[in-house]
Amino acid sequence: MNYIDKMHRWGRTWAVVTAGFIFAFPFALAILFNAWPDWGSFIKGLLAVAVTFWPVGIIEVITYTPMLGVGGTYLSFVTGNLSSLKVPCAIDSMDKAGVKADSDEGEVISTISIATSSIMTIVIIFIGVCLLTVFQDFFEQEWLKPAFDNVLPALFGGLGVVYLSRYFKIAVLPMTLMVLLFVFVPYLNSGMVGIMIPVSMVITLVYSRILYNKERKANGEK
Amino acid sequence: MFEFSLNSPVIFALVAIVIGVVIAQSVFFLTKAYKRGLELGMDKSVLNDTIKRSAIFTIAPAVAIFMGVVSLVKMLGVALPWLRLSIIGAVTYELPAAKNALEALGVDAITDARQYVTVALVMTFGIASSLIVAPITCKKITSGMMKIKDKDKRWMDLLMTGMFVGMLSAFLGYIVCDLGLVFEQVDGSKVLAFHYQLEHWIPVFVMAISAGLMAICGVLLKKFNWKWLNDYALPISMIGSMILAIPISILIKG
Repeated sequence: MNYIDKMHRWGRTWAVVTAGFIFAFPFALAILFNAWPDWGSFIKGLLAVAVTFWPVGIIEVITYTPMLGVGGTYLSFVTGNLSSLKVPCAIDSMDKAGVKADSDEGEVISTISIATSSIMTIVIIFIGVCLLTVFQDFFEQEWLKPAFDNVLPALFGGLGVVYLSRYFKIAVLPMTLMVLLFVFVPYLNSGMVGIMIPVSMVITLVYSRILYNKERKANGEK
Repeated sequence: MFEFSLNSPVIFALVAIVIGVVIAQSVFFLTKAYKRGLELGMDKSVLNDTIKRSAIFTIAPAVAIFMGVVSLVKMLGVALPWLRLSIIGAVTYELPAAKNALEALGVDAITDARQYVTVALVMTFGIASSLIVAPITCKKITSGMMKIKDKDKRWMDLLMTGMFVGMLSAFLGYIVCDLGLVFEQVDGSKVLAFHYQLEHWIPVFVMAISAGLMAICGVLLKKFNWKWLNDYALPISMIGSMILAIPISILIKG
């Protein structure tokens, strides 16, 4: 059995274990406090949330798995915060290590990066929770809010300029198109980004394929 | 049976167990990947640098995730937000999930164990799809990618780049989405409005500053050959622009 096959086996085993613990948590609470849920409210609340987040979750699996690799996928769908942390972190690590995502080395770097990021996130939140009595007042100060409201612009500004300068030909069209769509289509708000990621990916890939075919034709390749 | 309170030690103990399992999984994968890297002949320094770089990269986003915990504490106590945001959830999901559950219960805040268990159930199962689907589809998707790679390696490289560029483009749209044509709630009804005011530009300014800082790092790296800057360029541009978001916001909003 090669490493990738082993990773799939470990990944599935861990997925069953972690999902078991995660799903058991509310039932353990119910048993320990001898308080069973209000099933009617549960169904009502679940439907309101699941109608949006179940499809988004499935779309995320399809779109992010190729970028994260095997180990990264099994880990990041348990530890969460994919688009705002795990995917950019893994891509940045592979870039800095000079490895391709589809190579054996890329698989290693992506898994190390996502595992480290997951542990680091848990540690930082743990420290914060331990010191919450001190931090709560500090973090609730109004003047500090803009810094944390703008994490995504801060992250994607830095990453965007790198990718735009490096892959200008591929990036310029989808980036311009997405800006125009989000500015002029009022239905596209911040909640729609999960749906628009695969749309944007498909547009980019179709455009990349056209450029690639042109290049092959120019080089006389079949 | 235990007496319920939002910050009962029993809930903290359960949360610690679940988080402990996730840490164990992360350590397991980290160890296996590290060993595999050495087997492939990768330099130890490359693997160690990846750990260091990923840890530094994570600081600012993780503090922002912790802010999500702070925002949920008043509604749910400390333990449940601690669990939900340490694993799986982002605040963009957890907050609406908690609010929807409370709304379904017809309350503003949790007062008993039954309500707490109901809210925990909604938050757990409301985002269950990826947790279930990822282990089922991972093998199929990754082997499909390998087939593409075997057929045409150059196209595969372009495909991976294109996917990430596509994701970046969608987030670029997300950053500007409060500008231009937007639906606003006026007296309970949706009204179409055109946003051009400076306050709606704040995320765009922050993004531009981050891009500018990254470009400056790139120039310094090339000009002075400061290779160490390569590791810190993204955290510098991120944290720098987040800090500058504060005076920008004060200047614009007053």
